[in-house]
Amino acid sequence: MLPAASARIHGEPLAELPQDLYIPPDALEIYLETFEGPLDLLLYLIRKHNLDILDIPMADLTRQYMNYIEKMGAAKLELAADYLLMSAMLIEIKSRMLLPKPAEIEQEEDPRAELVRRLLEYEAIKLAAQRIDDMPQVGREMLVAQAYYDHIPQQQLPGVTMEELFSAWQDVLKRASHFTHHKVSREELSVREHMSMILRKLNAEPLLEFVALFDLKEGIPKLVVCFLAILELAREGLVRLTQQAAFTPIYVQVSDGLR
Amino acid sequence: MASGETTSPSNIRHLKNVLEAALLTSREPLSLDELLRLFEDRMDRTTLRMLLDELRTDWQGRTLELAQVASGWRFQAREEYWPYLARLNPERPQRYSRAVLETLAIIAYRQPVTRGDIEEIRGVAVNPNIIRTLQERGWIDVVGHREVPGRPSLLATTKTFLDDLNLRSLSELPPLEHFPQHEIPLDL
Repeated sequence: MLPAASARIHGEPLAELPQDLYIPPDALEIYLETFEGPLDLLLYLIRKHNLDILDIPMADLTRQYMNYIEKMGAAKLELAADYLLMSAMLIEIKSRMLLPKPAEIEQEEDPRAELVRRLLEYEAIKLAAQRIDDMPQVGREMLVAQAYYDHIPQQQLPGVTMEELFSAWQDVLKRASHFTHHKVSREELSVREHMSMILRKLNAEPLLEFVALFDLKEGIPKLVVCFLAILELAREGLVRLTQQAAFTPIYVQVSDGLR
Repeated sequence: MASGETTSPSNIRHLKNVLEAALLTSREPLSLDELLRLFEDRMDRTTLRMLLDELRTDWQGRTLELAQVASGWRFQAREEYWPYLARLNPERPQRYSRAVLETLAIIAYRQPVTRGDIEEIRGVAVNPNIIRTLQERGWIDVVGHREVPGRPSLLATTKTFLDDLNLRSLSELPPLEHFPQHEIPLDL
């Protein structure tokens, strides 16, 4: 026989109840709160008084149970509702057992069967709840490792497909076509743009011969722009122009400050 | 990485190091799918499982262990150090009331269940705070509705519940058990 229901008041195991189950009225409220409902109370009574759960003496159990319910009285009416329902059930079972069975119905189910089924199921759950609580839990007993690292979210740059690029270009062309009849079409040449192009070339190859920066097929205007770009880069200190002696090759290289 | 490359010892060491770094820095357990993402799809599940097993073996005898739980893998302190570590946090979380625990047990063992099912087993009305407590903890959630009048919510336990109890599946919960005397067959 396992110990009866582990009723506790403020964490202290409940002391032995008097045999007549008398509870001082002011203690009753606290006492009832230790029960999780009528099934819990019934189980407690059954275990406490060593009653056979498979052959419950309904008269005894009902009397003891009613004893509690009466004392609950008006003190905790909302709590009492579930308990009152159970007392009605107990009385019904008791009265059905008293009724003589008609002779032709021999295999009638024991009126207590449903109550026993519920008591056993509740008891199993109650036990399981205790087992779950006894298991180590993360944050209570168990600690999960978490090493620190400076989380820098990886920046996701938007992707571009060929189709999107093509359609964007089409849009540009279309818009540009609106202006064509207003002004003379001419290739836009920018010194700053060439400066960037030259820097990009120098990034791939730190030291280039001056003449290698010019593409003779591009025509005079572009060569002039390219030349201006190199001069501008040199003026801004972004590239360094070097020559060992007169008429030897001129070299262009990235200034140390930039690389 | 090419498949031939995978087998070289230094590469295996490197792959395990990547896994180890990811698992040690993750707040939550990492699933196989998440771990596969570390290698940008150039890793198959079988190899990954093998590497995780090796990593677990590598950590044997250390203060942390690599554990598999419901939603994946995580490093956790070995049980022998729990009592010491607990001293760092003297204010340990309060235990749940019996009402909360019994409700949790019913949901765990009888899921999916409605509030009505829980009331039937416990014999008392379910306090909404109990359900809320368990939901906020991330241990239960609504998985559907029973198609009866009122369409009550069907409640079930989550992977977080299993993770927090160090379980891989519900089947690892202690079996529902009756007191020994109940093993007598019911003959009513």
